[in-house]
Amino acid sequence: MVKNFGEFLLFIQSMVTRTERLKTLWQRTLEESVIIGFDSVFIVAIVSAFIGAVTCVQISYNLVSPLIPKSTIGFMVREMTILELAPTITSIVLAGKVGSSIAGGLGTMRITEQVAALEVMGINSASYLVLPRIVAAILMFPLLVILAMALSILGGYLAGTLTGAISAQEYIEGLRTDFIPYNIAFALIKSVVFAFLVSAISSYKGYFTTGGALEVGAASTGAVNNSIIAILIADFVLAALLL
Amino acid sequence: MIEIHNVQKSFNGNQVLKGITCTFETGKCNLLLGGSGTGKSVLLQCIVGLMQPDIGSITYDGSVFTNNKVQIRQEIRRKIGMLFQGSALFDSMTVYENIEFPLKMLTPEMTREERRDRVEFCLKRVGLENAGNKMPAEISGGMKKRVGIARAIAPNCTYLFCDEPNSGLDPLTSLKIDELIHEITHEYNITTAIITHDMNSVIEIGDHIIFLHKGQKLWDGTKEEILNAQVPELKEFIFSSSLVRAAKKVDDESEGGLAAITEGESTSA
Repeated sequence: MVKNFGEFLLFIQSMVTRTERLKTLWQRTLEESVIIGFDSVFIVAIVSAFIGAVTCVQISYNLVSPLIPKSTIGFMVREMTILELAPTITSIVLAGKVGSSIAGGLGTMRITEQVAALEVMGINSASYLVLPRIVAAILMFPLLVILAMALSILGGYLAGTLTGAISAQEYIEGLRTDFIPYNIAFALIKSVVFAFLVSAISSYKGYFTTGGALEVGAASTGAVNNSIIAILIADFVLAALLL
Repeated sequence: MIEIHNVQKSFNGNQVLKGITCTFETGKCNLLLGGSGTGKSVLLQCIVGLMQPDIGSITYDGSVFTNNKVQIRQEIRRKIGMLFQGSALFDSMTVYENIEFPLKMLTPEMTREERRDRVEFCLKRVGLENAGNKMPAEISGGMKKRVGIARAIAPNCTYLFCDEPNSGLDPLTSLKIDELIHEITHEYNITTAIITHDMNSVIEIGDHIIFLHKGQKLWDGTKEEILNAQVPELKEFIFSSSLVRAAKKVDDESEGGLAAITEGESTSA
């Protein structure tokens, strides 16, 4: 465990020493941004909209006291979405989609000697292959989390109003109650940390794959498992430190 | 010229290379010959810097490669072209982009037009003028090897390394790949090192042959000398091939028989 962590730190260091030209890295970052960001919009949109809808319906189901105003449903959907559901669930979904893709891609490159080919050419393969993926993830995760926040709140609105659990006016009133802008900043900080963890852990797992196709599969699975655990630990630590 | 001096390498206490000393000569096809598990690939990986030898030194035209500054190693590496056993083409790029890649990365001063001319020249040189737009998954094993060679020579490499260039290819395609490597070596006067256990390659292009056995260099010489070598392990290795046994028989029956065979092959090439 300690040895793996040491290797992980050396891996991160090797990425930022002897980097390739900035122009090359920027082009690679844009390519990776499309794969990590644009290609994930659909799954993030579906997951977040339904999570918002289910949150709204379940809160209204549990909120039976006549003393509590209905607008509380909107308030709770907003708080849960911004503080936890949008950044954390979106990152866990992306750990599955992006993390497995990064680990599988790098693992395949490793076992088919494409990484060795880069090294023989005198190219820093970690810098060329991994750094753009991490930068792209750090740029794209916050944007996807913002999208998830908006769609989750919209999903809650649609579910609440269509099922008759809450009126549109009450829901919007709840959304506007006691809004703390710092919570948005907190969610975005979390998304940046999660982006780094998912992309770096998945890259590490894929980059050091040895063996054959079976090991590439194992690397992908390991990448997703470790990324999710790292997200949950980081989620707790950030909440304890920043709230 | 590449000089290898007393290179040793162990894995978990198992010594794979036991002090290899040899020279790869410029303008020649230097063959690293030996059976499976004799340390050929490990030696090649040490030479190109994918592995660090435990002891020993590797020198490229007088510049020490092992344990030298990163910048100097980088400079030497940029003169190296390598054909991998599985070709190692970048599967997200077309054939054209694969060949252009080292030019883009290593020679940023080249214009797009200069790169295009160079890629087209390399494609023509390996006989794949019309394959530029194909993806690696769409071409045959032999074509992949050709693309690998084109990618290796694109940045005007000084040293060419080939890891089992004939593996998985039919005899005719193997012969064509051998001929291509041989022609390129002599045409551009580069130092070529080829890992092989294919006796056809030895007879076809073995300008200088180094025989490895259990991590040791047991013999080196030319293709003309190999059949008369008096090293038991080498004799056992080469005469396991019926083709070579037949060649040896001809050689014994008429003086210079093997020379006639190899001469005939190179003439027909």
